[in-house]
Amino acid sequence: MSENVLKIENATMQFGGVVAVDNLNLEINRGEIVALIGPNGAGKTTAFNVVTGVYQPTNGAVWFQGEKIIENHPQGKMKKLYKGQHDGEYTHVLAPTPDKVTKLGMARTFQNIRLWKSQTVFDNVLIAKHCRSTSNVFSATFRLNRKEEAAQREHVAELLNTVGLYDVKDELATSLPYGKQRRLEIARALAAEPKLLLLDEPAAGMNPQETDELTAFIGEIRDKFDLTVFLIEHHMNLVMGISDRIYVLDFGKLIAEGTPAEIQNNQRVIDAYLGVADDA
Amino acid sequence: MTSSKKKTIFTAAVLAVLLAVCVVVDMTLPSYHIVVVVIKKATVYSLVAVSMNLLNGFTGLFSLGQAGFMLLGAYAYGVLTIPVDKRASVYQYFDGGAIQFSLPEIFSGALGDTVGTVVGMLAALLVGGILAALLAYLIGLPVLRLKSDYLAIATLGFAEILRAFFQWNTLGPITNGSNLLKSYPAFSHATPYVILAGLMIAVIVLLINSTYGRAFKAIRDDEVAAEAMGINLAHHKRLAFIISSFFAGIGGGMMAMYMGTIAAAPFKSTLTYEILLIVVIGGIGSITGSILASFLYIFSSEWLLRGLDAGKFLGISAPSVFKNGFRMVVLSVIIMIIVLFFRRGLMGDKELPDLLDRRPKKREKEAAGK
Repeated sequence: MSENVLKIENATMQFGGVVAVDNLNLEINRGEIVALIGPNGAGKTTAFNVVTGVYQPTNGAVWFQGEKIIENHPQGKMKKLYKGQHDGEYTHVLAPTPDKVTKLGMARTFQNIRLWKSQTVFDNVLIAKHCRSTSNVFSATFRLNRKEEAAQREHVAELLNTVGLYDVKDELATSLPYGKQRRLEIARALAAEPKLLLLDEPAAGMNPQETDELTAFIGEIRDKFDLTVFLIEHHMNLVMGISDRIYVLDFGKLIAEGTPAEIQNNQRVIDAYLGVADDA
Repeated sequence: MTSSKKKTIFTAAVLAVLLAVCVVVDMTLPSYHIVVVVIKKATVYSLVAVSMNLLNGFTGLFSLGQAGFMLLGAYAYGVLTIPVDKRASVYQYFDGGAIQFSLPEIFSGALGDTVGTVVGMLAALLVGGILAALLAYLIGLPVLRLKSDYLAIATLGFAEILRAFFQWNTLGPITNGSNLLKSYPAFSHATPYVILAGLMIAVIVLLINSTYGRAFKAIRDDEVAAEAMGINLAHHKRLAFIISSFFAGIGGGMMAMYMGTIAAAPFKSTLTYEILLIVVIGGIGSITGSILASFLYIFSSEWLLRGLDAGKFLGISAPSVFKNGFRMVVLSVIIMIIVLFFRRGLMGDKELPDLLDRRPKKREKEAAGK
């Protein structure tokens, strides 16, 4: 049985002449925490956007839990521009919108926090449950879904307890301090009941102490919710401390993959990204 | 007592008082009295303003098609309720029209005169709402791909096209072309309007507080995040558009009721602007704000400031200043003052019962600081 949760196959994302992601191949197994690192502009977030359906890749495919969910081949103007080696390998177009990808069982957070500003902490998490509700607009309006709604609220309360935000549940999401907003975003993603959690720079803007807390927290939720985690991060402490495997991107190309120890000693990675000495 | 319980009691009390006032007004004043007329008009405007707020304030879709959907609701109401024996005189240029039945009469046959007429009228309102919703579905297919200003322009354009379309002579046997539709039954008292609009608004409030309403607000706050959290944008936007148009259609039918005659002319874009003005003054994203603002707006423009046009206001007689049109000058100044001092409308995005909260957080923080 394949324990492969996510597989990215020959994914290329070209914007006109710019190749943001170039022939990316990557596999994530169930229960792993995998990091995607690289210098700024290496195409990490673009790779996330390809996986979650925000962008249609120029070429290539994405498999989720053994099923091909995204596939594309260059069309129109892109066909002329595309210079990849996998010409003609992909013939179908499978382009789900991000909401469909989320329903399949992926949930993500954003590099720049994107909480719903006018909503309370509780509602922010509760709204993410909407995609799992079975009520239609009539049954929801006339409160025929009371049981389901109560169950959802209970689950949200439980979730907020887990992430330690229950005591601020009635505050506005934007009134929280930065670190808690990050946690809330993760809680919101968890509410969508994902199998695969994608974290886009979860520690951005955090101080070392907060980063350490977050590192522990990601491990905890992975175990508790039986998750697979795919994350983009610049804090090497976090990445090296938590990842089972690491992929390194540079100019859209995969330059290395391996365990944290292997990556730390990989000369290409050191040249391109980690650098020498310092605290890395 | 929890604060939500307190709010429920407060809301119920306010509603009961308002309804009682309305019943008393109906029993003491004749139905042509200005107060009754103003209550009717303000009630209808409240409903339409709330329906617009559902779309513009809660879903964040800036649409200006409200007048078009109201027009459809109004015409559906008129066409379906004009008594058969009066059709010959109403449709005098179109040989009595193409439609030879009237819902109130059909229902009277089965349910007795009074009940049947009322049921027929309500059925006609409902048909108007459903037609508006259907049309919203069709228009929504291409139009909802647009964002912000572009959506506003497209919906505005569509409403104007619809108005011209209804005046088209070829459709005369149904719409009576550019002539009036009249002689249809209508509630003469204010209470039925208040109850009807109140029920509709209650449904909208229930919707807004349901899981779908929360999804709408999520789309308004951050579309990208909403989509990433599994909310189907196209589906939910269409839903909001259809529901809003449904209630605008019913509002249009009620507007036809109190106007007594239907023509396409009153459903110009000015009507949409008037309602948009009410929504903005009341507070984008506040139901009670919209209701409050429509009553304030209609009361002052139609009744309280009347004297400014008629030469005598608050006991001051100055015919040379208080001439025709001066009322609108004063009203505009008042609106400008409101907009300047209440940037986010009278209520912001709060509801009336929220005022019971009295911002405890700020005070606690101040107390903790000292």
